[in-house]
Amino acid sequence: MKYLFSYLKKYRAESILAPLFKMLEAFFDLRVPLIVANIINTGICGEFADEAARLPYILGQCGLLVLMALIGLACSFTAQYFAARAAIGTSTQLRRHLMSHIQTLSFTELDAIGASTLITRMTADANQVQNGVNMFLRLFLRSPFIVIGAMIAAFTIDVEAAWVFVVAIPVLSVIVFGVMKLTSPLYRQVQQKLDAVTGVTRENLSGVRVVRAFGREEAEAERFAQANGELNAAQIRVGRIAALTNPLTYVVINLGVIALLYVGGDKVSTGTLRSGDVVALLNYMSQILVELVKLANLIVLLTRAYTSLGRCAKVLDTPTSMTYPEKASQADSAEEAVRFDHVSLTYKGAGDESISDVSFRVLRGQTVGVIGGTGSGKSTLVSLIPRFYDATRGSVSLMGRPITDWPHEELRDRIAVVQQKAQLFKGTIRSNLLYGLAAGEKTPDTVTDEFLWQCLETAQAAEFVRQKPGGLDEPVEQGGRNLSGGQKQRLTIARALVSQADVLILDDSASALDYATDAALRKALKTLPATTTTFIVSQRTSSIRHADQILVMDDGELVGCGTHDGLMASCEVYREIHESQFRDAEKGAKA
Amino acid sequence: MSRQKKNALDLASLKRVMPYIRPYRLHVLLSLLCASVSAAAALLIPIFSGNAIDCMIGVAQVDFRGIFVNAVCIAVTTALAAVAQQVLATSNNRIAYCVSRDIRNEVSVKLQRLPLSYLDRHPIGDLVSRVIADVDAFSDGLLMGFTQLFTGVVTIAGTLGIMLALNWMIALLVVVLTPLSLFVAAFIAKNTHKYFTAQSKVRGEQTAMINEMIEGQKVIQSFGHEDESLAEFDQVNEELGKVALKATFFSSLVNPSTRLVNNIIYAAVGFVCALLAIGTNPMMTVGGMSKFLSYASQYAKPFNEISGVVTELQNALACIRRIFDLLDEKDRPADAPDAAMLDAKGHVTLTDVSFRYVPDRPLIEAFSLDVQPGQRIAIVGPTGCGKTTLINLLMRFYDVDGGSIRIDGTDIRSIRRSELRRSIGMVLQDTWLKAGTIRDNIAYGKPDTTDEEIIAAAKASHAHSFIRRLPDGYDTVVTENGGNLSQGQKQLLCIARVMLLEPSMLILDEATSSIDTRTELRIQSAFARMMQGSQPGEGRTSFIVAHRLSTIREADVILVMKDGHIIEQGNHDTLLAQNGFYATLYNAQFGA
Repeated sequence: MKYLFSYLKKYRAESILAPLFKMLEAFFDLRVPLIVANIINTGICGEFADEAARLPYILGQCGLLVLMALIGLACSFTAQYFAARAAIGTSTQLRRHLMSHIQTLSFTELDAIGASTLITRMTADANQVQNGVNMFLRLFLRSPFIVIGAMIAAFTIDVEAAWVFVVAIPVLSVIVFGVMKLTSPLYRQVQQKLDAVTGVTRENLSGVRVVRAFGREEAEAERFAQANGELNAAQIRVGRIAALTNPLTYVVINLGVIALLYVGGDKVSTGTLRSGDVVALLNYMSQILVELVKLANLIVLLTRAYTSLGRCAKVLDTPTSMTYPEKASQADSAEEAVRFDHVSLTYKGAGDESISDVSFRVLRGQTVGVIGGTGSGKSTLVSLIPRFYDATRGSVSLMGRPITDWPHEELRDRIAVVQQKAQLFKGTIRSNLLYGLAAGEKTPDTVTDEFLWQCLETAQAAEFVRQKPGGLDEPVEQGGRNLSGGQKQRLTIARALVSQADVLILDDSASALDYATDAALRKALKTLPATTTTFIVSQRTSSIRHADQILVMDDGELVGCGTHDGLMASCEVYREIHESQFRDAEKGAKA
Repeated sequence: MSRQKKNALDLASLKRVMPYIRPYRLHVLLSLLCASVSAAAALLIPIFSGNAIDCMIGVAQVDFRGIFVNAVCIAVTTALAAVAQQVLATSNNRIAYCVSRDIRNEVSVKLQRLPLSYLDRHPIGDLVSRVIADVDAFSDGLLMGFTQLFTGVVTIAGTLGIMLALNWMIALLVVVLTPLSLFVAAFIAKNTHKYFTAQSKVRGEQTAMINEMIEGQKVIQSFGHEDESLAEFDQVNEELGKVALKATFFSSLVNPSTRLVNNIIYAAVGFVCALLAIGTNPMMTVGGMSKFLSYASQYAKPFNEISGVVTELQNALACIRRIFDLLDEKDRPADAPDAAMLDAKGHVTLTDVSFRYVPDRPLIEAFSLDVQPGQRIAIVGPTGCGKTTLINLLMRFYDVDGGSIRIDGTDIRSIRRSELRRSIGMVLQDTWLKAGTIRDNIAYGKPDTTDEEIIAAAKASHAHSFIRRLPDGYDTVVTENGGNLSQGQKQLLCIARVMLLEPSMLILDEATSSIDTRTELRIQSAFARMMQGSQPGEGRTSFIVAHRLSTIREADVILVMKDGHIIEQGNHDTLLAQNGFYATLYNAQFGA
């Protein structure tokens, strides 16, 4: 809710004016039964001194009705406009707020919440909120205003008859709000089921090749049908309860009508009321009915919107588990690039440490190879350097300063990471290459085409980019769908090179490259400035054998650290890895 | 002309919705019946209360008995109407929700049948938004349509009848004037349609963008690209705001405008009634006037609602059309009715195959290959040379443009897809796992398998040891696309998934690229055991795409591909001896 108010604050005028104009319109609506009563009591039944004045009187009153209808229309248009503005302003801000908040979340939270949840929050939920605000501003004040207004108008006609309203209105409120209370947890369930359906759909689309290869199309369609069936059952269940509002209020209103007829009959008989007044009272009762039907529908919508808002707020309320200082506290160390001191990391929700008690030190300009078996903790190890995660024990430092002392931006500027999964963005090859640079650095003066080509050259991507009809400006589709896996990977490497970071981390990012390209890449990486510290995570000893330092990981522990030759002599794990790859080859080479 | 066409299209969509409603015709009938009852009640009550008012003529001239009779009538009618309303709402819910469920199911089946060429071209987020958001909007529109359209039509007919019976002159006045509000509503709806279409389009764009940004969030953050991403997002977001404002505002004008028309009619009716009620020989009582005023507004209200429904339906139809568009996409060609079963020995022949993804960019041309049963074929070559395309063709994810692929002499296009794919085990570099337990994932291709078999497959693929160490072992839940597993672990599971099936042919596309070489060696020997089959001479044909030459050294035939052609072909030794492209690749791995 607090978020909603902060969005509406920007639309304060709209949010006040919209309901105000709506109430103005309602005010005119409320006058109608009184005018009709005038027509009956005075115009038809009343005594006119001059009979000729009767017709003009009636005409005047009817003209008044038309005039009020016109003013009502103007009020209504104004209200709709302001309400639409405020509602759309709200959803626009909400989506933006969500996006900007998601961008501050650390990897731990992103892992925990999951992509598909975040996507639904930003799309379907934001829309619900927009709808909710729009209808709230338009109707939520109008309905109670008419209900109360009708009651007050009833009092002006006859106090005793008005008591019928005084009794009916609370009963009606209990019905409307009671149903709302009963249904709101059920609407939450519906939303959860809808999430499940979304999840299955996404999964089926992203895994379409596997689904088909395994001939599971029908089973998947059935799984979808099951999730969908559950959604359906939940929708029908909540619909049944929500539907109670209409018949119940209808009954109460008509009981009110009967009561009014009795009271009215009495009063007319004793002369305190005229029949036109009774007509007015009945009109007010039916106005209340109309408004309540609207209110009930509105409340269904608002309940949904409120649930959606809550779900969005939950994302916004998720604090990032990482805080960054504003300014750096110390100067860089001259020679040390990265140091790990007895570092361990347990992922949130994981049972065991993914890496334990790892210590090493890397000097500036060194090339470091990280090797080890599948799941040995290589990627975890390097993900601590750019502070994607915080160590659960021990400490990591960069350039001699604890990693936690680095301001966020500076950290991102100094380190460039190429992740395992090659992720590109819609745009052009150029826009993807410039991805890591601040907006101000993207001018052709600071980043020349020549430099971009040089990076592509190093990343072994120049050849295929040159073959594209658009060259650097060749469009890249969403997620890089129009490029092959190897092409994407090489572009992600080039992208990292463009940012000219001090520390470059290649996290098994050459796995989709063939050997020749990989070898050429390694050769090209040697041409980087001598101060660049490079981490290469790889499965292949050939990729890292010339590294200044090789870290050997096995089952989360650092089991070896040294040069290729040293490790061959001292580290059994390393020797085994190497031999599994070179056994025959070296034999062949010798022969 | 163009406007006509637009309306015709809408009608076409509407017509297509009908078959979906047909299964629920009993509910529709029930809904109609209840709508009539509830509408009739709404018509009768003003008569009763009007009569009651006519019982109050003046001081000491009140017929209390008459009031009592009318009060009882009101009570009974109300009770009936209340029951009818509840049943009406329940059946309408059922119709709307069940129809949208059925449509979703159909779309889901359709998605399984669409050719990959379609799915590869469309962003996942866009398709998801059709299945979820569009169907939702459609179901909302449908529900509103059923709820208000029926009652509306019945009310209009009923009111008209009663008004004609009461006083035909005033009835005529109402009938002549009321269509004005319909005209106004139609005018607005016509002009809002384009805003809804625009909104739908921009919203689709934004959903696709959100998908990309959320999925690539880690990259965005590691490159410090947050601000710019947000700026791009803002741009689309603002644009959506603009079109949404127009769509919302203009569509919200319908109600007040029709209300204005109705209010004017109300005043006119009041005036004419009053004229008739005055004079020495009044043609109308005060109670009669009360009835008429109440009918005049009751008659008009459904028009209001119907026009609201029209806007809502416009939106619903715009959404359902996106779904029908999807359903109208051509299915992958169906299996021929006489499609052969396959008892593959694994003799694969490619004759003169040509294929291209984009019509004007040839990829594979005149490609021929003969693979003997049990042979191990390795495919190497620079990135983008067509290796993965070859696999797409072998699995029939795409069909060849020219030439043919045969297995044991049968063209794969005349083999049932399910048969073909069951006989080929496939492990891709892109490791996809479904949300579910490890066990479910390994047993993906054979859900009724035993635990022993699952564990045996996991052991053969060397996944057993890491699975055992997970918090819940085989029952550990894999989150969305395996977020809690490493790439290598996911590959191991994918391999276990195939191991379990013991297919007669095998395709490994970079299947072990993220697995360390020590484990890979062991997996290879497990594959080799599997490849050999249970009886001698019955080995499995396999296709292996890999960059690691250690992975492919043992292959019977190594194909070296470049730009969609085979440039070298032979085994490891003969290729090395040729000292050509393969030799260059091979030597490169020493990084010399």
